[in-house]
Amino acid sequence: MRGKYKQVLLLAVVVVVSASMLTSARPSGGSVSGKITYEGTPAKQKPIDMSKEPSCAKQYTTPPTTETVVTGPNNALENVVVYISAGAPDEAAPGKAAVFTQKGCRYLPHVLAFQVNQELNVMNDDQTSHNIHPLAKINREWNKSQPPGSPPIVDKYDKAEMIPVKCNIHPWMHGTFAVLKNSHYAISGEDGSFTLPNLPPGKYTVTAFHESYGDQSQEVTISGSESKTVSFTFKAKPY
Amino acid sequence: MGKLFGVILAIIALASAYPIVTHMYVQPVDISTHGHAIDEQLADTMAEAGLSFVLAQLLLAFCVWKFSNRKEGAKVYHLRGGARLMVAAAFILVGTEVLALGVLGQKAWAEVYFTAPKPDALQVQAQAGQFAFYFRYPGQDGKFGPLHPDKIDEGNQNYFGLDPANDLESRDDIVTAEMAIPVNREIHLLMHAKDVGHSFYVRELRIQQDFVPGLDLSLHFTATQTGHFEILCTQLCGLGHYNMKAYLNVLSQEDFDKWLKQKASEQ
Repeated sequence: MRGKYKQVLLLAVVVVVSASMLTSARPSGGSVSGKITYEGTPAKQKPIDMSKEPSCAKQYTTPPTTETVVTGPNNALENVVVYISAGAPDEAAPGKAAVFTQKGCRYLPHVLAFQVNQELNVMNDDQTSHNIHPLAKINREWNKSQPPGSPPIVDKYDKAEMIPVKCNIHPWMHGTFAVLKNSHYAISGEDGSFTLPNLPPGKYTVTAFHESYGDQSQEVTISGSESKTVSFTFKAKPY
Repeated sequence: MGKLFGVILAIIALASAYPIVTHMYVQPVDISTHGHAIDEQLADTMAEAGLSFVLAQLLLAFCVWKFSNRKEGAKVYHLRGGARLMVAAAFILVGTEVLALGVLGQKAWAEVYFTAPKPDALQVQAQAGQFAFYFRYPGQDGKFGPLHPDKIDEGNQNYFGLDPANDLESRDDIVTAEMAIPVNREIHLLMHAKDVGHSFYVRELRIQQDFVPGLDLSLHFTATQTGHFEILCTQLCGLGHYNMKAYLNVLSQEDFDKWLKQKASEQ
């Protein structure tokens, strides 16, 4: 009998310990989520005429439009980088490379966020040459030519910066690199929503950056594993 | 051996003239009102330069034939007057040729550059920048809004640096990447470069004009045939020069109006 009790006790201990290990393995802490919206009339996004580059133009049935202000229903603002600009410690770069693709003479994604010292891979999926030119001011500025079929351009940035990106060959190509100090970032989706999960308790500055409308910040304090809602509204101008 | 060389020289000279005399390489179609004058000028130049070339080569071949293979100790002939005579002859010959081309060609040149466009000519602005052409039409008010280089924002398709927020004339300006013009109507092309030197070349229009940074240049021409043609940059302008082109659509007035309306709605 005693042996049986012992076994049950052991099993119970194993269950409790492994359960507690599982919960501790799941990142603790709270989260910040919210929605990015605009008020006013945003600039009209114009169709891009790629007739000079037929290999790109033929990839579209209707010409794609510019993406400097991308909006969704209910005044949602897309492509806003939301990140923790103060309060969180700097983090080492993840091993996975951030990938920026040139396809159909556009940049995919239009806004790419990655960390300081994280590997950046620039791909050319087009049948034409591109010359990517990130207009860095704090980091070292470079521009590199990439003929069709070239291997990826591999680089990294050692300082945090919002970098506008252009193509020196195709004037309409335009994107943004958001080089950030930690992994707490998100890019607002079609509905303008974002979530920054896994935030340990603490006081943070949440910053929202939009390539045309600049940035806004709000203070938020997380205690325990609470979920806070933070929303940002940008003023849109037609011109 | 020397005589054989003379014969080979004569054969090469005549063979190189053959494709030109027989018009083996066909000229692209001429779709402009002034193009015939350019073509005639090119033909005159080719005839004059070609004839001089063939005659000089045949003279060379004759001399090789006549004066080669001489026995040892034979007397050497010298042309009287020596080098001085040759230099004087070259000056007179080349001078006459260049002068003749200038005199004959001044009409073709003047027709393009020294006459003013008609007052009802359609104004189109062309901007060349690395590595694309962009065109601007004045819109309904018939006026081009002023340019502000600091407002240039290519990611936003503001290639010319317009400021529609403050300049009313800019609001209806139509900016396009393709150039369309109505057939049989004079076009007054206003040209400027955004960065470095470029060139506007449409071979079917017989037009090739450089863009010079800092200079506002203008051209006028009339297209006589509808069609789809290439506008090429023919001034080496950097890495993407090979790829710097745009298209010219010569449309009927009706199609042009439709096209312009469509483009205006996209602004």
